[in-house]
Amino acid sequence: MKDFIIPTRLANGDIDMGTPASKSDVMVTLTIDGFDVTVPEGTSVMRASAEAGIQVPKLCASDNLEAFGSCRLCVVEIEGRRGTPASCTTPVMDGMVVTTQSSKVKKIRKGVMELYISDHPLDCLTCAANGDCELQDMAGMVGLRDVRYEAPKGGSLANHFEARSDAGAPNAQFIPKDDSNPYFTYDPAKCIVCSRCVRACEEVQGTFALTIEGSGFNSRVSAGAAGDDFMASDCVSCGACVQACPTATLQEKSVIEMGTPERSVITTCAYCGVGCSFKAELNGDELVRMVPYKHGEANRGHSCVKGRFAWGYANHSDRILNPMIRDKVTDPWREVSWDEAISYTATKLRDLQARHGVKSIGGITSSRCTNEETYLVQKMIRSTFGNNNTDTCARVCHSPTGYGLKTTFGTSAGTQNFDSVEETDVVIIIGANPTDGHPVFASRLKKRLRQGAKLIVIDPRRTDIVRSAHIEAQHHLPLLPGTNVAVLSSIAHVIVTEGLMDEAFIRERCDWDEFAHYAEFISDPRHAPEATAMLTGVDAGELRAAAKLFATGGNGSIYYGLGVTEHSQGSTTVMAIANLAMMTGNLGRNGVGVNPLRGQNNVQGACDMGSFPHELPGYRHVSDDATREVFEAIWGTKVDPEPGLRIPNMLDAAVDGTFKGIYIQGEDILQSDPDTKHVKAGLEAMECVIVHDLFLNETANYAHVFLPGSTFLEKDGTFTNAERRINRVRKVMAPKNGYADWEITMMLANAMGSGWTYTHPSQIMDEIAATTPGFANVNYEMLEVRGSVQWPCNDDKPDGSPIMHIDGFARGKGQFIITEYVATDERTGPRFPLLLTTGRILSQYNVGAQTRRTDNTVWHEEDLLEIHPHDAEVRGIRDGQYVRLASRAGETSLRAQITDRVSPGVVYTTFHHPDTQANVITTDYSDWATNCPEYKVTAVQVALSNGPSDWQEDYTAQAEQSRRILPAAE
Amino acid sequence: MADTQTTQTMQHILARHKGQEGPLLPILHSVQAEFGFIPGDVVQIIADDLNITRAEVHGVITFYHDFRDAPAGKHIVKICRAEACQAVGGNAISERAFEKLGVGWHGTTTNGAVTLEPVYCLGLCACGPAAMVDNKVVGRVDADKLDRLLQEAGA
Repeated sequence: MKDFIIPTRLANGDIDMGTPASKSDVMVTLTIDGFDVTVPEGTSVMRASAEAGIQVPKLCASDNLEAFGSCRLCVVEIEGRRGTPASCTTPVMDGMVVTTQSSKVKKIRKGVMELYISDHPLDCLTCAANGDCELQDMAGMVGLRDVRYEAPKGGSLANHFEARSDAGAPNAQFIPKDDSNPYFTYDPAKCIVCSRCVRACEEVQGTFALTIEGSGFNSRVSAGAAGDDFMASDCVSCGACVQACPTATLQEKSVIEMGTPERSVITTCAYCGVGCSFKAELNGDELVRMVPYKHGEANRGHSCVKGRFAWGYANHSDRILNPMIRDKVTDPWREVSWDEAISYTATKLRDLQARHGVKSIGGITSSRCTNEETYLVQKMIRSTFGNNNTDTCARVCHSPTGYGLKTTFGTSAGTQNFDSVEETDVVIIIGANPTDGHPVFASRLKKRLRQGAKLIVIDPRRTDIVRSAHIEAQHHLPLLPGTNVAVLSSIAHVIVTEGLMDEAFIRERCDWDEFAHYAEFISDPRHAPEATAMLTGVDAGELRAAAKLFATGGNGSIYYGLGVTEHSQGSTTVMAIANLAMMTGNLGRNGVGVNPLRGQNNVQGACDMGSFPHELPGYRHVSDDATREVFEAIWGTKVDPEPGLRIPNMLDAAVDGTFKGIYIQGEDILQSDPDTKHVKAGLEAMECVIVHDLFLNETANYAHVFLPGSTFLEKDGTFTNAERRINRVRKVMAPKNGYADWEITMMLANAMGSGWTYTHPSQIMDEIAATTPGFANVNYEMLEVRGSVQWPCNDDKPDGSPIMHIDGFARGKGQFIITEYVATDERTGPRFPLLLTTGRILSQYNVGAQTRRTDNTVWHEEDLLEIHPHDAEVRGIRDGQYVRLASRAGETSLRAQITDRVSPGVVYTTFHHPDTQANVITTDYSDWATNCPEYKVTAVQVALSNGPSDWQEDYTAQAEQSRRILPAAE
Repeated sequence: MADTQTTQTMQHILARHKGQEGPLLPILHSVQAEFGFIPGDVVQIIADDLNITRAEVHGVITFYHDFRDAPAGKHIVKICRAEACQAVGGNAISERAFEKLGVGWHGTTTNGAVTLEPVYCLGLCACGPAAMVDNKVVGRVDADKLDRLLQEAGA
C-alpha cells in the first residue's frame, strides 16, 4: 500500500487559513477580487479570501490563534470603507466588496515589509529556517526588492541582530541565543515580534509562560520574568511556540542540525491515550522533526513535549537490534540470527507444552503496539498455543473501565470524542492528572475552562489543574486515597435526596424501578457527605456544593484516570461514575459523558482486540459458541471455551510450577506491575521467558529469549485512542531491527506450525473487520480517505460514532448499580501510618523506557517522594534528603520533596525509574472484579536513610549481571 | 525567594486590592509606592495571588517606563522630550542636565540624590520647556531655573 506522503509546505489542507473557522450557521456572501465567496458569519476577510483560494500576505495571523492585527501586512481595501483595514481582524459582511491587491495596499505592504527587513539579519542561506520561513515567503510575495534605510555616516542603524556595531561597540539591543531548552533554541536576533509564540502559549497550550517585555522598539519575547531563560520559565516544552514562529527565532535543534525536511508522513503518536496525529518530517529516511498535524481530530494541531520532541529513543544506542538467547538467566546474552532465535523459541515452547500441558504457556499483548499486532498475539495464543492465557497491560490500568462501563452502558469504552469538551459546562476530573498525563487534552480542557466552564477536581493531590494560571477549580475535594466510592456515593446522595436528578432521562433511558431501588440505597443517611466526611476527609459543605454544581450547571462531563481504576474498588468506582452521569442525564450528546483518560497509546485497542483471557475481539466471551465459531472458521483451529489466566494468575501459577513459558510483547511487567518481588519470583520460576521489546527492559533481566522490537516509526498499523478513534500509524522508515513486530509474531506462530501469510497489516485489519462487528466497515482504504474513524463503524454507523449512546444505550436500558463502599484491606496503622499513592509526570512516560532515553530527563531525572511539610517535620526530613519508603511488601529509597500539594498523611511518587522501583512497595491487593492492582493505595512509613536500600543495590547488581551480551563471534 | 519582610508587606498590599477589577496595575503602583521600585522577587508573589504567570506580570511591568526595577535617587527629575518643548529649547535643557548631573537618561547621580528621566508631554506645551521634579511640574525652564532645581534637589 502506498504511503500517504504530502509535501512539507502549503500542500493539500496544509494551507494556513489565517484565522480560526467560524462556527456560525448563518452564511454571508461577499466578493473578493471579483469572486463571490460564501462563508459563515463571523469569518474574517482573510479567511474568506483563503477559502476562495486567495492568500492575503500575513505574518502575525495563524488559523490556530485569534486574530491579532499587529503585523499590518494583511491590509486590504473594502468598497465604501475608509482606509485599509487589516483583513484578519475585519469580519465579513453581506455584499462586501474586497480588493486584496490594489496599488495602494501593495505599496503599504512593501513599506511594512521593508521596515521588518531593516531589522532582520540577511543570512537566509545559512539560516535554519531557509526554505521554511514565512518572513522569507512574504518578502517574496509582496515583491520587496530593496531596503532603503541606510546607516548614517560613521554610525549604524539601531537594530537587534548585530552583536556589535561596525565600530566594534557592543549593541545594547542584542540578546544572545537561548539554547537552554534541550529541543529548541530562541534566537532573539531573528524575532519580528509578531507575538504568535506568546499567543500560542496562551491560547493553544494555556501555560502563559511567554510574554512581550518592553514596548516599542524595545519589545522582545521573554520566557518568564527578568532573569529567566526558557528552562527556568514556566515553559512545558509543548512546542506550540516553535510551530507558531514564522521565522527561525524559535527553531527545533534537530532542524538546525539536520536541515529542512523535504517530505512528511502522517502518523500517530505512540505515547499517551490522546493519540495525537503528527507529521513525521524527514530527509530520506532520517527523521528530522515531529510536527502536530492540524487535521488530527484528537489533537487539532497541538502536541506535548513527549510526542513533539521525545522520539530520540528510536535511535538510542541502548536499543537492541539483534535477537538474543540464553539457556539460563545467569548466563550472558548470545546474539543469534532471527532464524535461530525463532526456531529456538518455538521448540522450547512446544517442548514445555509437551511436558507440562497445553495451558502451561501464555502471553501478554502490548498496549503500545498496534491493533494488528495485538490481534496477532492473541490469535497466536488462542490458535497456535491453543489456550486463552492472554492478558494485557490494561489489566493493570483500565480493566475496571471495561468491566464497569460494559455493565452499566453496554460498551467497554468512553462515550465521547475529545471535541466534546468544547461544549461542556461543568467538568468533574477524578483520579486523573491531565496536565501531566494527557497534556494535549488538558490544553483543550483549559481552553474551555478559560471560557467559563466550571471544574470540580476529586484528587488526593492538588494537581496543576486545580489551580494554575487563569484556571481554578470551583471545588477541589482532596479525598484520602481509597475512598473514591464513598465520595461519589455522597455526591449521588446529594443529587438524589435534593431531587436534582434528571427524571425524564432516567425514565426514558434507564429502568425506573431499578433506579428507584438504587435511589433508596443511595438516600440512606450513611451516604450523606456529613457521614462520609470522617472516612474520606472531604469537607461536607464543599462536597454538597460540588454535587449541586454538577447536577445543575448544564452539560456535565466526567473525565477520569487511573486514580479511579487502580483500587480494590476500581470497578465499583467506574460504575458509580456511570450512575452519576445517568442520573443527571449527561449522556448521548456533545459536552457530556463518561470519559476514561487512557494511559497508553493503544490501551483501548488492546482491549478491543481480545487481549483479555475471557474475551475474544469485540468483548465477546470465549464461552459463547457463536463467537468462537466465527474465529474458528477463519483461523482454522479450535478455540478453548475456558477463560485463560490473567497476569497475576500466570505469575501465581508459575510460582506453583504449572505455568512455564511466557511471550511478553512490549510490556515491562517487572517494573510496571505491583509487588515487584512476586513478579520476580514468578518470572524466575518459568523456563522460557520471551521478551519482545526495544530495550533490555527490567523484565528482560529474567528472560531467556530477547526479540528486538520495532518502534512506531518503523511499521504500519493502527492505534485506537481514548475516544475510540482508530488512527493510522504509518511506516516512516525501515525497521532497524529488520522486522516490524507483527512480522516477528507471525514468524514465531509459523515456526510453531501456523501457516499465516499476511504481507501487510491491512490484511490483518480486514480479518478484524470480518470477525468483529464494531469494526465491520473499517479498512485501510477508508482510513486513507477519512483520516480516522471512531468505532463502532459498521453498516449502522458507516461514519463511525463520535458520541455513543445517542438514542439509547448499547445494552438497551442503562443500568444503575448499587455501589457500596468497602474499605480496602490495605490500611494505615502504627507501623505504616502514611498512604502512598502513585502517578506520573509530564516529561516521563510510564516505566520511562522511552522517555528516560531522551533529553526529557532534564525535567525529571529521578523519582521523588512528595511529602507534606507536617509529615516531613515530625520525621526530621528536609527537602532533597534520601528517605526510606517502606510498606508491608518491600522498601526502597528515594529523595523527598516537601510540598503541600499532598495532604498530611498522604505521600506520592512516580514510577518512571527502575532504580527507584516504586512497585517494590505496592501490594498485591487488586480490584475485586478485574484484578486491576491497587497501585493507588499503599500504607507506608517514611524515614531518613543513607541511600539506596539493600534491595536496590542487589537489584542493580543483578540487572548489570543479566544485561551482559557476549561479543559476537568473529 | 522574597524575604519574610517583603512577603509580609506584599500580603498587606495584595489584601488591599482583593476583589478589585483589573488589579494588576493598582498593585504595581502600590508596590512601587511602598518599595520605591518593583523588586524582582515580588513578581511571583503577585502572579500567585492573581493566578496569572510571572511572565504576564513581567510583561506589564516592563511595558510601562514608570515602573522601575531598581531604587531611584532621592528625587526624580523628568524633562519633557515631546515636540512642543523641543521646539522651544528643550534639547538644550536636557543637554545641560546631562552635563550638570554627569548621567544620561534613567541615570542616577553618584550621590544618589537625583534620577534623570525623559517624559513625553506633561501637558504644559504653552509654557515649555517643561519639567517635573518629583510630582511637581515646572514650566518655562531655562538654564538658571534648571540649575536651581538641581541644586535644591541636592545634585
